[in-house]
Amino acid sequence: MLKAVILIGGPLKGTRFRPLSLDIPKPLFPVAGLPVIRHHIEACTAVNELKEILIIGYYPASHLQQFVNDMQLQYNIVIKYLQEFTALGTAGGLYHFRDQIRSGSPDAFFVLNGDVCADFPLKELYEFHRERSATALVTVMSTEATHQQSLNFGCMVIDKKTQEITHYVEKPSSYVSTLINCGIYVFSLKIFNTIGETFNIKQEEYYKNGNGNACKDAGYLQLEQDILTSLAGTGKMCALQTSNWWSQLKTASSAIYANRHYLELCKEKHPERLAIGKRAELCTIIPDVHIDPTADVHPTAVIGPNVSIGPGVQIGAGVRIRESIVLDAAVIEERSLILHSIIGRHSRIGKWARVEGTPCDPDPNKPFAKMENPRLFNNDGRLNPSITILGCSVSVPSETILLNSIVLPNKELSRSIKNEIIL
Amino acid sequence: MGQQDEGGMRALILVGGYGTRLRPLTLSRPKPLVEFANKPILLHQVEALVKVGVTEVILAVSYRAEQMEQELAEEAKKLGVKMIFSHEVEPLGTAGPIALAGEHLTKSDKPFFVLNSDIICDFPFKKLIDFHKSHGKEGTIVVTKVEEPSKYGVVVYDDNKCIGSFVEKPQEFISNKINAGLYVLNPSVIKRIELRPTSIEKEVFPNMAQDNELFAFELGGFWMDVGQPKDFLTGMCMYLKHLRTNEPDRLYNGPGVVGNVLVDPTAKIGKSCQIGPNVTIGPGVTIEDGVCIKRSTVLRGATIRSNTWLESCIIGWRCSVGQWVRMEGITVLGEDVIVKDETYINGGQVLPHKNIGDSVRTPQIIM
Repeated sequence: MLKAVILIGGPLKGTRFRPLSLDIPKPLFPVAGLPVIRHHIEACTAVNELKEILIIGYYPASHLQQFVNDMQLQYNIVIKYLQEFTALGTAGGLYHFRDQIRSGSPDAFFVLNGDVCADFPLKELYEFHRERSATALVTVMSTEATHQQSLNFGCMVIDKKTQEITHYVEKPSSYVSTLINCGIYVFSLKIFNTIGETFNIKQEEYYKNGNGNACKDAGYLQLEQDILTSLAGTGKMCALQTSNWWSQLKTASSAIYANRHYLELCKEKHPERLAIGKRAELCTIIPDVHIDPTADVHPTAVIGPNVSIGPGVQIGAGVRIRESIVLDAAVIEERSLILHSIIGRHSRIGKWARVEGTPCDPDPNKPFAKMENPRLFNNDGRLNPSITILGCSVSVPSETILLNSIVLPNKELSRSIKNEIIL
Repeated sequence: MGQQDEGGMRALILVGGYGTRLRPLTLSRPKPLVEFANKPILLHQVEALVKVGVTEVILAVSYRAEQMEQELAEEAKKLGVKMIFSHEVEPLGTAGPIALAGEHLTKSDKPFFVLNSDIICDFPFKKLIDFHKSHGKEGTIVVTKVEEPSKYGVVVYDDNKCIGSFVEKPQEFISNKINAGLYVLNPSVIKRIELRPTSIEKEVFPNMAQDNELFAFELGGFWMDVGQPKDFLTGMCMYLKHLRTNEPDRLYNGPGVVGNVLVDPTAKIGKSCQIGPNVTIGPGVTIEDGVCIKRSTVLRGATIRSNTWLESCIIGWRCSVGQWVRMEGITVLGEDVIVKDETYINGGQVLPHKNIGDSVRTPQIIM
């Protein structure tokens, strides 16, 4: 029997995902028509031996309860949300809920960071771990990054023969390795001994000296820095290197990128979710496109590629949408054009409006390049061009243009906006 | 004098050079032939002149343009007017061409018109000539009221309309009347002008004013120098408003029309469009479904594909503008420009025969 833990953090995390995370918890933001962590859940449910999924975070339970109930019904599997009383860190949360994880004595458990998106190779990862379970406490999914980008991730050096991780550094300041930690793991239950030892040492220090950071709880433990770093070179930690698609989901721009890839994955795994055939007679579709069945799309609209349309969305005559996500109950009036943008829930785009952003996709000419997560402003203090994002209930007047801009929720715009953040 | 004169009046139109201010349109067609409200700019003037009995029009041009001469010769024939081209070897300014055309203008002792070719107004030539005759002096300048006279040279005159002086770009308000670029002069004025590059405003009129030989005729209606794209569009708005008052039947009344719109009968307009206010659509133009056009001119043979939005644009002859395109900010497309689907052009000046595939987000010239 296997279990899985999905680490979702809390409302203080994911600030770079604003304004989208202002009204939807980031783990529930829909990408390719499904909440981000539903993609994790779906990958977990594809592993036969997996019987229970634990979602750990410090969002109020009320934000997650409906989703958890829906998922249990949908996938017929035990799913629980375990709420931390405060931010405990990635390993602190696991340790705090160790009894829940250990109950029923699973052979091993997966840990998935909630803010990554991937074609999760969970079966392969478990198989790999099982073969090494005599010695290995943890198997890390790893992938190749560029030399420069590797510095933003956890970097590891691997023994080519045994796949053991001989060295591990989280976000090094100088180059270590282009092999990076994807935030997807398989752990043996014995890991809790290791975490427990580290926990006890920290506790002792805490009561002797204070922990040096009054903001953090005494039980705060980071998986990467506090556990993985010291496991490197002990023979207890291995890496499975994969070339499957993988990306972080840090900024709103990365949601557009993730949307494209999850839609592509749908073609193979869930073609029924794509608007082809089923919807093709209703409007013009350029694949890949997801349209919620409750959306009302005019037959003269042209949608795609790489577009997700949420429930209850209304799309008027002659509308064109490309490389974008349109969230629930948004209204797109006739003849408007939406490119590289996210349209918030209940937003309204007037006739002949143009809503356009600039994609920040990985450099296609660099092998292994990952999504860049540029800062909002450049060194001159100007807004970096990015996708255009409308928070919920924003209204864009007819015939205006909205270019590379971010509009916070509940705003009624009255003019064209270029390269601005509208509070 | 006047021995072989059949009784008609003469007019000199100062066409001048290449019309660089109206590029990229004038790269394909001489400026006088660029259609303003679906009619070559020059013909607006020539037709008005013919109506008041002008039988001979002399065009002062500083370059040879066979295309223009040929096309205008045909138009002249239709209108029953004689058209003469007076070629300057070197640019002669605003007065020199009058001296150069002196042999034509002195064939009779009747006063003659002088017009700057870029001027659009309702050409009240009958009243103008009556006024000129009533004061009996050598010259009449048409003046028009402007809001910001400090940008122009203003004309100062007394209650009898007798001009006293000209003040170039006045710092303090003296008058809000400026020279409208339309004159009636007696043949005797030719004697005041030397055949060399010279300015009528600076070198001829001040002397005439000193001799009390110059009067001002106040223009009532609209007036615009349409020699550059921004003013071309402003002038078009004024002209269409003028049509609304005076010849409303010439304006288009189809579905989806807002305000004053002029559409050639051979143009095709699709369903669910919003055309206007202040739009001119030329002959053979195709506007597909769901297009919105405001304050723009679309010239002969152009195609605007569906769901596109245009404001303050001049679309050149035979251009093709794709679907879901947005163009604004005095965008001028030269002849036969192709704008790809979903492109955004803001203040682009696009030279003829270009293919535009990438958005132009800030005003610039696309070579």
